[in-house]
Amino acid sequence: MQTPPSSLPSSLVCRGLHVRFENGPDVLRGIDCDFPAGEITSLVGPSGCGKTTLLRVLAGLQKVGDGMIDIDPPAKATNGEIAFVFQQPTLLPWRTAIDNVILAIQLSRAKTLRGNLSPMEAMELAEHELGLMELPKDAFRRFPRELSGGMKMRVSLARALVTRPTVLLMDEPFAALDDLSRTALGDLLLRRWDERPFTGVLVTHNIAEAALLSHRVFVLNAGRIGEPIMDDLPRPRDESVKTSTAFGQLYARISSALRSQGHD
Amino acid sequence: MVLALFAIVVWQVVVWAGELPAILLPSPWAVATAAWETRVDLFHGFRVTGAAALSGFLLSVIIGTSIAAVMSQSVVLRLAMYPYVILLQTVPIVAIAPLLVIWSGYEFRTVVLVTVIISLFPIVNGVTEGLLAIPQDRLDLFRLYGASRWQTLWRLRIPTAIQYLMIAAKTSAGLAVIGAIVAEFFVGTGGANYSGLGTLITGWQKMGRTAPLMAALCMSTLLGVTMFVSVQFISRTVLNRWMTQE
Repeated sequence: MQTPPSSLPSSLVCRGLHVRFENGPDVLRGIDCDFPAGEITSLVGPSGCGKTTLLRVLAGLQKVGDGMIDIDPPAKATNGEIAFVFQQPTLLPWRTAIDNVILAIQLSRAKTLRGNLSPMEAMELAEHELGLMELPKDAFRRFPRELSGGMKMRVSLARALVTRPTVLLMDEPFAALDDLSRTALGDLLLRRWDERPFTGVLVTHNIAEAALLSHRVFVLNAGRIGEPIMDDLPRPRDESVKTSTAFGQLYARISSALRSQGHD
Repeated sequence: MVLALFAIVVWQVVVWAGELPAILLPSPWAVATAAWETRVDLFHGFRVTGAAALSGFLLSVIIGTSIAAVMSQSVVLRLAMYPYVILLQTVPIVAIAPLLVIWSGYEFRTVVLVTVIISLFPIVNGVTEGLLAIPQDRLDLFRLYGASRWQTLWRLRIPTAIQYLMIAAKTSAGLAVIGAIVAEFFVGTGGANYSGLGTLITGWQKMGRTAPLMAALCMSTLLGVTMFVSVQFISRTVLNRWMTQE
């Protein structure tokens, strides 16, 4: 099987980002922030604070009114180099699990993938990816309606990761899952990052999730962004970190930042 | 089923007790006997009308889906074309059938033409709606990968629209039979070498033969049901994977 060459993760730098929806107030009011290469950064904040909008801007799904984003080395979503995990699994119901993963290969314009992969190779790659996401083999050829919520999210993550992205954007990917699946998928994400680091941006409501998964946490409020909270817990890490004192302190720092921003 | 049997029994009893003239309301038994006696005509009619309805219906699906595919591509095209599509729906088919006979002749193709006109609207309407009713996150997914218009149509819009097409097809299948029979009322009177169920119905009506007329009516209903059930069967088998939009 041919594996596409892995490229270095990109860093993302945002300067003075403004976004305004039609006939509405500014959703983002001058965002300056850095997402260092090969790190996972969480965006937390109350509903409507603009965190999902910022993520969509990074993905190129939302136009900016003003400001700039620098991606270095350059990466494009259309090439599968920037991948996006939606809040819902967003699987096509008429395609089996594996065909949903193959879709990313079919649509992505990456020369490394589409230009050189035969349908057989694409299938092998998708199978490999689903295996890494620990989806049971007998579920590969099932339709989404036959899969549990956790399984669907595994397929969704596999679809995002199959193009070997250097940047992974995640919009509350685990919000709709039960605690058990949430924990399992969080661990899996960390393991995937340990094997092949990517630049991750994770939007979440869940402070513990942000503390566990990321290197730094930004708190957003009313379209503005705060100073990053550095997460210096040891790596590789898993759920067991949550019982440590350092984790408790980090959790407290994030939630106090959230509170103080909330009182602006 | 029980209800149908009960209705037939009541019908038979009413005819006996009321001593109604057979030209007004023949008994179920008389209708069954007439059906047997005219079975050759009826089966031939069933085949001819069935062929016309099926051809018209299939053409509607092909033409309707194509029109919908074009209309789904831009608001301007939709605004330009939709009035004509509505015109198709609002023109009384019984009123234009004679005109179509004049233009197209006492032919099988005229019957197909009328069938297409009557069964086209639900398909265009349903498929257009389906092509446009795409959940935002799926559209975002395709936009993210920079999918072309063609890729989005082929891999996202058309698969989504299949469900809408099949719902529309159930309505259209019934309309197709109505269209074929209405057309045959006019085509059959020309003395042409054409005999569908519609031709038989008008012929027997003129002769006052109510019993075979009712048998022909039953055959028409059977044809409609057959078309409907076939569409349903195809939805549940070949197209099943497209029928749930979870």
